Amino acid sequence: MSDLTTLTAAETADKVASGEVSAVEVAQAHLDRIDAVDGKLKAFLHVDTEGALEAAKAVDAHRAAGDQLGPLAGVPLAMKDVVVTKGLPTTSGSKILQGWIPPYDATISKRVKDAGIVMLGKTNMDEFAMGSSTENSAYGPTANPWDLSKIPGGSSGGSSAAVAGFEAPLSIGTDTGGSIRQPAAVTGIVGHKPTYGAVSRYGLIAFSSSLDQAGPFGRTVLDTALLHEVIAGHDPCDSTSILQPVAPVVAAARDGARGDLTGVRVGVVRELQGDGYQTGVLAAFDAAVGKLRELGAQIVEVSCPHFEYALPAYYLIAPSECSSNLARFDSVRYGMRVGDDGVNSLEDVMSLTREAGFGPEVKRRIIIGTYALSSGYYDAYYGQAQKVRTLIVRDFTAAFEQADVLVSPTSPFVAFGLGERVDDPMAMYINDLCTLPASLAGTPAISVPCGLSEGLPVGLQIMAPALADDRCYRVAAAFEAATDRLVPPAEVLA
Amino acid sequence: MAVSDEELDTFAGQLDVILSAVARVAEVAAADIPPTSHAVAMTNVFRRDEVRPSLPREDVLACAPAVEDFKFRVPRILAEEA
Repeated sequence: MSDLTTLTAAETADKVASGEVSAVEVAQAHLDRIDAVDGKLKAFLHVDTEGALEAAKAVDAHRAAGDQLGPLAGVPLAMKDVVVTKGLPTTSGSKILQGWIPPYDATISKRVKDAGIVMLGKTNMDEFAMGSSTENSAYGPTANPWDLSKIPGGSSGGSSAAVAGFEAPLSIGTDTGGSIRQPAAVTGIVGHKPTYGAVSRYGLIAFSSSLDQAGPFGRTVLDTALLHEVIAGHDPCDSTSILQPVAPVVAAARDGARGDLTGVRVGVVRELQGDGYQTGVLAAFDAAVGKLRELGAQIVEVSCPHFEYALPAYYLIAPSECSSNLARFDSVRYGMRVGDDGVNSLEDVMSLTREAGFGPEVKRRIIIGTYALSSGYYDAYYGQAQKVRTLIVRDFTAAFEQADVLVSPTSPFVAFGLGERVDDPMAMYINDLCTLPASLAGTPAISVPCGLSEGLPVGLQIMAPALADDRCYRVAAAFEAATDRLVPPAEVLA
Repeated sequence: MAVSDEELDTFAGQLDVILSAVARVAEVAAADIPPTSHAVAMTNVFRRDEVRPSLPREDVLACAPAVEDFKFRVPRILAEEA
């Protein structure tokens, strides 16, 4: 493995800016790494060798011309395949979009390119971001760089595996119910779900519009913060994009790295621990809380009684929204078309196309969502779930009166075995237990590595009030500075 | 959306389990609680009503499964013997 692939994004950007290495050398080192290990990891659905080298050349040319480079110029990145990229295949992990080459860029793609970040390719994911293991991808699962027989988390499992496996120092994921935080936790890297509306959803293939939020992955808190500042900010193309300045997350990460949390009130959520959590996960979590106390934080216990209903509320709201969003796959304007034999009607063709194009989890959610929204059931299911959502928001409001940030394990378990839970949807859904409340409330949350259990990474989740993303980064950076970095065993991908 | 007989067999049991799990939302006394559809306040957003270029037509049609006369070609939309 080249030394260039083990650098942090911040170090790489410095070396490119100073001319110590060229952006082309950095890109080539990562493309070589992908060549060497992605046959085992399967993190990428599409590698854009030519585009990456071209983007890197452009950065080197700007530097040679004496232009000011952005803080991540020349740093490679892996993009989740749910994000639309002009001229590059975008499938969202689904057969229904196989072969689609989008004619436009998502706002995130555009911001990444404008920042001089070198996009290496598109990463694997659960189909339409529905899942917690990447096994729902129509293109086969991705493996965990810690143990190839384990899941890399999901739905952004390709993005987490690529960063943990040193194929890229940075990646983009999306998080609807935990799809950035849980993959970050089980692969031992950092992942942040920003405040809802902080990052534009323009060009994100929609799953559940009131919950979907894109965010950054990195191997360090500072790298993650640097990418956050590139992608966040108001976008007129997204009506839910918030008109607020971007939280100062890079400054918070640098400040936190000094390791002083004096005066910070950390709330331990009583309802996000106990039964159903692995002993090793709880032990790592308790040790992490102890470490935060050593760093000067004041630890308080908070109770959020409605968090236990986050799972049923989420698994009504998200499928309901998806059943409406996925209606756009009508086989007319783009994507797959099946059964167009001149006899079948438009409706028959749509129906046959969806049967052939959607995988089982997507179908299950469309059926549940359609049912929950149907007249006669609407009030009991979708309507009631929205009321529970209000109560969860109120729980957060009350808890944030007692604490500046809240903490919990990111996931109740370490990475489980590939294939272990595919036939049991509820066993899969339960992965999101700790991440769902912040999704429903639209509040920011980060996952930062906090040790190992059974030789596999455990994540610490740090949640903050809406728009206070910087608090997540500050506490995460302080914690990171006080703990050893987790690196997967080299022999796994040797 | 069509589902195959085989899928129906698998889904029937699974959907039962999922629905009974999500039905737990009914345990919460929430009669007087207003619903939340979005975590952030939603206001309608307007932009200036002015003509702007759209995506090039040929780029958009290049994505389509079937094209005829520079337009999307769709399957039959009316019944044969209407």
